[in-house]
Amino acid sequence: MSFLEYQVKTVPGGLRKVFYLNWPLVVLVAAVSSVGFLVLYSIAGGNLSVWAEPQMKRFGVGMVLMFAIAFVPIWFWRNMAGLAYGITILLLLAVEFFGVVGMGAQRWLDIGPLRLQPSELMKVTMVMMLAAYYDWLDLKKTSRPLWVLIPVLIILIPTFLVVIQPNLGTSLMLLMGGAAVMFAAGVSIWYFAAVAALVGGLVVAVFTTRGTPWQFLHDYQYRRIDTFLDPSADPLGAGYNIMQAKIALGSGGWGGKGFMQGTQSRLNFLPEKHTDFIFTTLGEEFGFVGAFSLLILYGLILFFCFTSALQNKDRFSQLLIIGLAANFFLYLAVNLSMVMGMAPVVGVPLPFLSYGGSVMLVLLIAFGLIQSAHVHRPR
Amino acid sequence: MRRTARDTEESARRISRRGLLMGGAMAAMFAVLGARMRFLSVEQADEFRLLAEENRINMRLIPPERGLILDRNGKLIAGNEQNYRVTITREDAGDVDSVLARLTRIIPITAEEMDRVTRDIGRNSPFVPIIVADRLPWEDFSKVAVNAPTLPGVTPEVGLSRHYPLIEDFSHVVGYVGPVSEKDLEERPNPDPVLRIPEFQIGKIGVERWMEETLRGAAGNKRIEVNHVGRVMRELERTDGTPGQDIQLTLDADIQNFVQARLGEESAACVVMDVNTGELIACASAPGFDPNLFVRGITQRDYSALMEDDHRPLANKTVQGAYPPGSTFKMVTALAALEAGVITPETTHSCPGYIEFGDRRFHCWKRGGHGRVDLARSLAESCDVYYYEIAQKVGIDKIAEMGRRLGLGMRHDLPMSAITEGIMPDKAWKLERWGQEWRVGDTINASIGQGYVLASPLQLTVMTARLATGRAIVPRLVRAIGGKPVDMPEAPSLDLDPAGLRSIREGMFEVMNTQRGTAFSSRIADETMVLAGKTGTSQVRNISAAERARGVVSNDQLPWNRRDHALYVGYAPFDNPRYAVTVVVEHGGGGSAVAAPIARDAILRALHGDIPPLTAYPASQRGRIETDLDALRERLRNTGPSGSSRA
Repeated sequence: MSFLEYQVKTVPGGLRKVFYLNWPLVVLVAAVSSVGFLVLYSIAGGNLSVWAEPQMKRFGVGMVLMFAIAFVPIWFWRNMAGLAYGITILLLLAVEFFGVVGMGAQRWLDIGPLRLQPSELMKVTMVMMLAAYYDWLDLKKTSRPLWVLIPVLIILIPTFLVVIQPNLGTSLMLLMGGAAVMFAAGVSIWYFAAVAALVGGLVVAVFTTRGTPWQFLHDYQYRRIDTFLDPSADPLGAGYNIMQAKIALGSGGWGGKGFMQGTQSRLNFLPEKHTDFIFTTLGEEFGFVGAFSLLILYGLILFFCFTSALQNKDRFSQLLIIGLAANFFLYLAVNLSMVMGMAPVVGVPLPFLSYGGSVMLVLLIAFGLIQSAHVHRPR
Repeated sequence: MRRTARDTEESARRISRRGLLMGGAMAAMFAVLGARMRFLSVEQADEFRLLAEENRINMRLIPPERGLILDRNGKLIAGNEQNYRVTITREDAGDVDSVLARLTRIIPITAEEMDRVTRDIGRNSPFVPIIVADRLPWEDFSKVAVNAPTLPGVTPEVGLSRHYPLIEDFSHVVGYVGPVSEKDLEERPNPDPVLRIPEFQIGKIGVERWMEETLRGAAGNKRIEVNHVGRVMRELERTDGTPGQDIQLTLDADIQNFVQARLGEESAACVVMDVNTGELIACASAPGFDPNLFVRGITQRDYSALMEDDHRPLANKTVQGAYPPGSTFKMVTALAALEAGVITPETTHSCPGYIEFGDRRFHCWKRGGHGRVDLARSLAESCDVYYYEIAQKVGIDKIAEMGRRLGLGMRHDLPMSAITEGIMPDKAWKLERWGQEWRVGDTINASIGQGYVLASPLQLTVMTARLATGRAIVPRLVRAIGGKPVDMPEAPSLDLDPAGLRSIREGMFEVMNTQRGTAFSSRIADETMVLAGKTGTSQVRNISAAERARGVVSNDQLPWNRRDHALYVGYAPFDNPRYAVTVVVEHGGGGSAVAAPIARDAILRALHGDIPPLTAYPASQRGRIETDLDALRERLRNTGPSGSSRA
């Protein structure tokens, strides 16, 4: 039980909650999503019904969901954390056994008309679970090995289930998202340093043993890394996506080629142009100005999340907001790095822009939770 | 659990501290992303803009329309025919199998064809049209067009493909086109990019091959916008190429057709040449083949049949066949002797039926011998001994020199395939070729066109034309290119002694027009078109002494491929020569019986410009000739009025 329960009286009730929502955040989310609609409309060659319209419908449904979640008191969600986490784990297992194989990986679960990606939902429920755990945990035990092991397991179980789908991008995001909550909760910096040292050592080991009989990876895996490091070396093979994406972004120049004028995306040179690589179309058509403006919008969203978290005195709310914001940041950072040729191509969508139902819904659920924490913060 | 106020404060402070750290890290990442963005889209913009442009625009070649090949009167020999075909595009068809099944009910498609189509569909991108049926008859094509609404993805198309309406008549001269092979590309140092267009066809043999560049023209191109998988999005710009130039040949399609029909089933060659210009009027090799088979891609069975035929339909015997010229060579020996001054036309030799030289006996074709013969009679009766005698006096080198002056033993440059040089042997040649000294026996053999001497029907025609005119006539096949007549310079004189030439021609006249002449029965009765010529019968085997003692077996009793070759060379009209003719019938038997009648019909056809009237033939033969000509008329192609059109 947190201290919050004693202060319920100070929390706004009923429809008055509308006035206590974090409105700048709502406006920013809507703005970024609108940019997405515009780009999707352009990629479809000026056709609304191909991608933009379904995306708008999902956004509409998601907004309703967001407000509904925001109106439910945050302590309800904290009490639901364990259940939500458990259900998502079960969904992940269900995908493993009954899932639809899409793009060579099992990611979707068909529930009636809804096609759900439990791995996306996991990003939210795992943060909820970890926040609830640290809210429950005695502050002094935070850095004790046993109490560090429990959240590590909370993170590793879903990560493992996602890796075997296989979906490397999402599992890495789960790892980092979970680590962000642990970091925010105050787990000793030395744990992170140790993990970083371990990973660094592993990378060095992998590369120094290359070509020796005891090399860690298969040759083809090394070649993939090579391609990542120098995509132009294999422009028609594995480096193709990155090369074409860079061409699209680069050819946009300062001001872009203009709305609906992008040749790269319209001529189908770009793979996944409406999903993971949507940023390239934006960059091609609106140039550096357009792309940088989007970056500023994202930065503002994160800024408002963090100020909301810092204003909050409730430990669960704080950790939840920071965890979800970190997740949001990871989406965009990984996606942009990948599209701009700074990271390997892993299937991570650009939040609120990429076409896709699960991600849009999950993101709006996350922002619903952030709003709920904001509205129901102790005063 | 309940927390104390101190714990809460501590928790909030710790989270704030860590939160600020994370915020800082995020801000740093943002800075990196922003810098990267700037680097890509501002600093490297120009480079990427260029790459994007390259990505987008592609050059495609538009194959030029191939030039036509016409005969001297403008009749079409090789044209471009509308080719009706049906293609299927997978992405438009949806359910390919059911569409194909419906298509099969409309037009016949064999099971093998179907397998090929399914395979091609699987191998290509969904938007690539696959040819389901090619060269459809118009009825089938229109049936598909009518049913198009029920056949999604099926497109009836019209393309151009090479067509040879005169079928086998020009199969050897003009040849055919076929798909570009790896070898074709290797042969060319800088192959025209148009050759790499799939389904593009180039000349494989004959005029189609040797005048390929003229016929092909230059490809146009179009700039098109494509996507990364090569699908054409739209055409940006188009430059039309230049169509290939039309080529007009010197050949007359009607005469060619007549000659081809006259040769019939024989394995034979016939060349008719204008003696004044060197223009080839007819150049026929029998049997022929249908060049259209090769354009369509000949089946293994058809090809084997052509290859295994002992009459060698694929060979162009007129230029490629090298035959011992036999007695048709005697003019060369005689003229060499006359020019060398070792004989005069009045010189006589006695023919006892053979001469003995060393331990060998060289026979005359006539066992009993001819008695005393002069030059004219030696030609008229084709006495061999006369030539054995004069050849020994003049020597092989002078004979060979005369042969080359008359066009033997050299390659005449015409746009045809596998043109042989023949062999005009002399001492140096034998030493080089066989490493042996030339012997007098070799000269004796060569004097009557046997032994090492080999000549093609084309060379023999050139020889005859040069004898008839006394000028260095050069054979020509091309009359005009792209409507512009080919320059034909006057042939220079051969500087032969007119008296000697006159006596040779006199002898050739006597061959045809005196009772004792070997080809008297093949004379032309029309006094304005008198034919002069020489028969030849060349052995393809040695007759041993034992065989000769038993009595030489007549040709009829020998297997076909061991019989003698029948040859004839001649020109007409005698007093004012217009055409020279050569006929070689492989294993045909005697030159006078087999080759001469064909030559007479061919040259009469050329002189009359139509099927010769019976009055041109000797009265005694008209009954038989009439039935022969009637039978021949049946085999002629009704080519209709002359004139050309681009298909």
